[in-house]
Amino acid sequence: MTPVHTFLGSLTLFVMAIFLGFELIKKVPPTLHTPLMSGANAISGITVVGALVLSNVRFAGASTEVSGWLGFVALVFAMINVVGGFAVTDRMMKMIAGKKKGGQS
Amino acid sequence: MTFDVSYLDLGYLLSATVFIFGLKNLSHPRTGPWGNQLGAIGMLLAVLTTLGIMQFSGEGVVGWGLVGGGLALGTAIGLVIAYRVQMTKMPEMVALLNGLGGAASALVALSEVMGRSAHHDMPQGFSLWVTWIAIGLSLLVGWTTLTGSLVAMGKLAEGITIGGKWIAFPTWGPPWTNYVKALLSIASVVLIVVATLDPTNMTWIWALSIVSCLLGIIVVLPIGGADMPVVVSLLNSLSGIAAAFTGFILNNSVLIVAGSLVGASGLILTFIMCDAMNRKLFDVIFKSFGGGGKQKVTRTKVGSDPDEVAMLLDGAQRVIIVPGYGMAVSQAQHAVREFADLLREKYQTEVLYAIHPVAGRMPGHMNVLLAEAGVPYEAMIEMDEVNPMFAQCDLALVLGANDTCNPGARSGEGPLAGMPIIDCDLAPVVVVVKRSLSVGYAGVDNDLFYLDKTMMLFGDGKDMMSALNQAIKGA
Repeated sequence: MTPVHTFLGSLTLFVMAIFLGFELIKKVPPTLHTPLMSGANAISGITVVGALVLSNVRFAGASTEVSGWLGFVALVFAMINVVGGFAVTDRMMKMIAGKKKGGQS
Repeated sequence: MTFDVSYLDLGYLLSATVFIFGLKNLSHPRTGPWGNQLGAIGMLLAVLTTLGIMQFSGEGVVGWGLVGGGLALGTAIGLVIAYRVQMTKMPEMVALLNGLGGAASALVALSEVMGRSAHHDMPQGFSLWVTWIAIGLSLLVGWTTLTGSLVAMGKLAEGITIGGKWIAFPTWGPPWTNYVKALLSIASVVLIVVATLDPTNMTWIWALSIVSCLLGIIVVLPIGGADMPVVVSLLNSLSGIAAAFTGFILNNSVLIVAGSLVGASGLILTFIMCDAMNRKLFDVIFKSFGGGGKQKVTRTKVGSDPDEVAMLLDGAQRVIIVPGYGMAVSQAQHAVREFADLLREKYQTEVLYAIHPVAGRMPGHMNVLLAEAGVPYEAMIEMDEVNPMFAQCDLALVLGANDTCNPGARSGEGPLAGMPIIDCDLAPVVVVVKRSLSVGYAGVDNDLFYLDKTMMLFGDGKDMMSALNQAIKGA
C-alpha cells in the first residue's frame, strides 16, 4: 500500500465515522445531556491507545528519552480521562435510571 | 505457519463496534447505564488489543515500567476523583476530564515529533505532509481543548481559593479580542504549514503549542451565562476531534473512529444548545453577551413573604417549578424536593419541573442536580412539552432563573430576541425566588417580575425555599 492509499483509507474512516456520530445522537432527552457528554468524553480518552505505543521505551534512568516521558504523561492523563469519565457517568446514569423505577435509588 | 500480528487489528474493529452500540444506548434513559458500560468495555478491548500488538511486534513491550505504571497511576487518580466529587461539582469535573483528554492527544503528537527528530526518522514526501499536518492539528486542537477546558472549569467554579483567599474568576473580553482570536487562528494555520516545510526545526512546534494554548484561553474567557453550555459541549467535541487527528499520525483505525464519533456527537449537542438560545455557534464565539451596557433597573417591586405564598399554595392542583442557575448556586435542589413532597402530602399537588435546555452552565445541568435530590425523571418536562401546561396550572415557581423566562424574548428586539423561553408568565400566579431584581446574563430587564400576578420572594434560593417549606408546614 502506498502512503496515499493508507491516508485515503484513514480519511474514509474519518468521514464515515463523523456521519455515523451525527446519526447516532440525533435526539437526546435533556436529562441525558450531561451523562451523554461525560460518557462521550470518556470515549475521547481513546487517545490512550496512542499514548501506550509511545510510552513503550526502555525505562532506564537517563537513557529514557524525552518522547517516552511525554508518552507516559499522555498515558496518565488519558487514563484519568477514561476511568474518571466512565466512573462519573456511571454514578449519574444510575442516579437517573434508578429514580425512574419508582423512587428506589 | 507463523502468527500474523496484523490479525490483532480485528480487536480494534470489535472495539469500535462496541463504542457505537455504547453511544447509541447512552442516548436513552433506560439503556443509559448499559451504554456507559459498553463504552468502558470498548475501551478495555482497545487497550488490550494495543498491548497485544505491542507485545507481538518488534521488540515487544520493553517499557513495562512506564506502560504499566502509567496505566495504574491514571486509573487510580481517575477512580479517586470520580468517587470523591460531589454531584454539584459535576460541571467542573466534566470540564477537567475533557481538558486532560485534549492534553493527552496534544502530548501524543508532541511525543511523536520528538521521538522522530531524536532518531532522525523523518517521513518523506506525501507521508511527511500527512503526518506533520496531523501532528499540527492534534497540537492545535488538543492544547486549545486543554486551556479552554481549564478556563471553563474556573468559570463553572466561579473562582478559585488560593491560600484561603477567594478569587473570583473573571469574564473578560472587549470586542478587540476578536481580532486577537482571528490573528491566533491564522497564525496557527501558518505555523502548521511552516512546521511541515521545515520538519526538523522544533521551534515551529513549540510556537504552535503556545499559540494554541493562548487561543483556548482567549476564546473561552469572554463566554458566560447561557452560552456556557454551548462551550462546554463544543470543547467536548474538540477533544474527540483531537483524538481522531492522532489516529492519522499513528495510522490507527480505532483512534480515528472513536475520536470522530465523539467529535460528531459532541457537535450535535452543541447545535442543540445553540438552537435552544436561537444563536449561531459563530455568534457565541465572536459576539458574547454582556459586553455592551446592561439595562439599568429603574422599576421597583415590593417583595412578598413566604406565608403569603404558602396561603396561595393551599389546595393547589398543579405547581410547576422553573429552576435556573440560581438553584445551582444556592444548592437549593434538596429544599425544592422537600417542597414538592410537602405539597404532595398536604394537598395531593402534582409538582412538575420545567427545564429550559440551557438553564444552568452545562447541558442538562438542572436535570443532574434534581436527579441528585431524588426528583423522578418523569417530573422533569422539556420546554416544548411544558409550555402549554402553564395555563392549566395553579402556580409557577421560578427559582433563580431569569433570561430563560423573560417574555421580552418574544418581542424580537434586544439580545434575547427570538430565544425560546419557558412560558411561565401564562400561569395564573407566578412566584419568583431571586436575590434581587437585577438583570440576567443577557443584561435585559425582565417584565415578568413586574406583572401584577407575580410575587417576588427576595433572598437566597435555599434559604427562601426552606422558609417556604416552614410556612407550608405551619399553614
